Amino acid sequence: MSDLLDILLSSVFINNLALSFFLGMCTFLAVSKRVDTAFGVGLAIICVQTVTVPVNNLIYVYILAPGALSWAGLDDVDLSFLSLIAFIGVIAAMVQVLEMILEYRIPRLYRALGIFLPLITVNCAILGGTLFMVERDYTFVESVVYGFGTGTGWALAIVLLAAIRERLKYSDIPDGLQGLGMSFMVVGLMSLGFMAFSGLG
Amino acid sequence: MVGNRYWNSLVTPLIGENPITLQILGICSALAVTTTLDTALVMSGAVTCVLALSGASISLIRRRVPRSVRIIVQITIIASLVIVVDQVLKAFAFEISLRLSVFVGLIVTNCIVLGRAEAFAMHNGVLASILDGIGNGLGYSLILVLVGAIREFFGHGSLLGKQILWTTAQGGGFDPLHLMLLPPSAFFIIGGIIWFIRARRPEQVDRSEFQIRDELQEERR
Repeated sequence: MSDLLDILLSSVFINNLALSFFLGMCTFLAVSKRVDTAFGVGLAIICVQTVTVPVNNLIYVYILAPGALSWAGLDDVDLSFLSLIAFIGVIAAMVQVLEMILEYRIPRLYRALGIFLPLITVNCAILGGTLFMVERDYTFVESVVYGFGTGTGWALAIVLLAAIRERLKYSDIPDGLQGLGMSFMVVGLMSLGFMAFSGLG
Repeated sequence: MVGNRYWNSLVTPLIGENPITLQILGICSALAVTTTLDTALVMSGAVTCVLALSGASISLIRRRVPRSVRIIVQITIIASLVIVVDQVLKAFAFEISLRLSVFVGLIVTNCIVLGRAEAFAMHNGVLASILDGIGNGLGYSLILVLVGAIREFFGHGSLLGKQILWTTAQGGGFDPLHLMLLPPSAFFIIGGIIWFIRARRPEQVDRSEFQIRDELQEERR
């Protein structure tokens, strides 16, 4: 149990995907101008991440990992080189399924997410979460917790950044730093702040 | 002039339309692999290869792919190329591929590759696409190598693993800045590079968002 809590805490705060592994930076910088859109994207990321990481975990453990096909009588088959293509396929499919479910069941959330939902397919935070899961050999339950934690951490970071950027709109910034440059500086400071969590684990 | 056009697609992405500082593409990996110069170099090479090859293959089939499935086709091509690069790195540079860990795999979702495939290779010939890929790869490499060099030099006092400044632990007078090895420094350095480039080239400056009257007018429309 404490293991799971550890994974959750470290994926939300200490090893925050956005602020310490720089994953999903493109979306992170591009859609963090307003808090409400940032919140929508964050929510979408939590949903997709919580579903894809465990699904990819099952696929890796039962089909792709070296020796995983022993249940089919193929002991020495190693399909792990196919993992990238399999993972990206799963992610694209999951995003599509999620899109359809949301459209029929929760149309308000669907409309709020808009274009950001399909864009999540090429968000490196999602693929990165899956690859880290493989690298660290998480079990199924651990990968559920890890997926949820990383999604939450990313969402937390983008909402915070959007809030800061909304305030920054009215400040006097040197011309060259306007926009992208200033966002980098702010994210740097936030990342410095999040490093203070490293004693938490 | 035809030659001039090719030359342009090779050279403009270096500073004029740099993928990282202007197009906001491919930042994730740019920040993560730059703690030392050699990982930055290997990563630059990998990305440039994938860019050039994916540009070539996508522009080859651009007339035969239906528009509705083009993203899937592009992603599949890119993922296959990345798998090849990943396997080559594991075979010939195992140690560095361990240090790059998941970031080679993440080239698949690197927005530069898909962005250039979508914006350039789908509309241009093979040679131009290859040159555009190489140009963007070099623009990306330029920033990566610069950041990697700064971080390794100030963080370890070395370049490419060779000691240049002797640290206090080794009996020299240089006290390494540990902040340079931590994630925040990458953000500050790239922010600084963007500031420098935009101070030199004012046409790249983002429009200030302080124009409240304009926004009101847009809403009314």
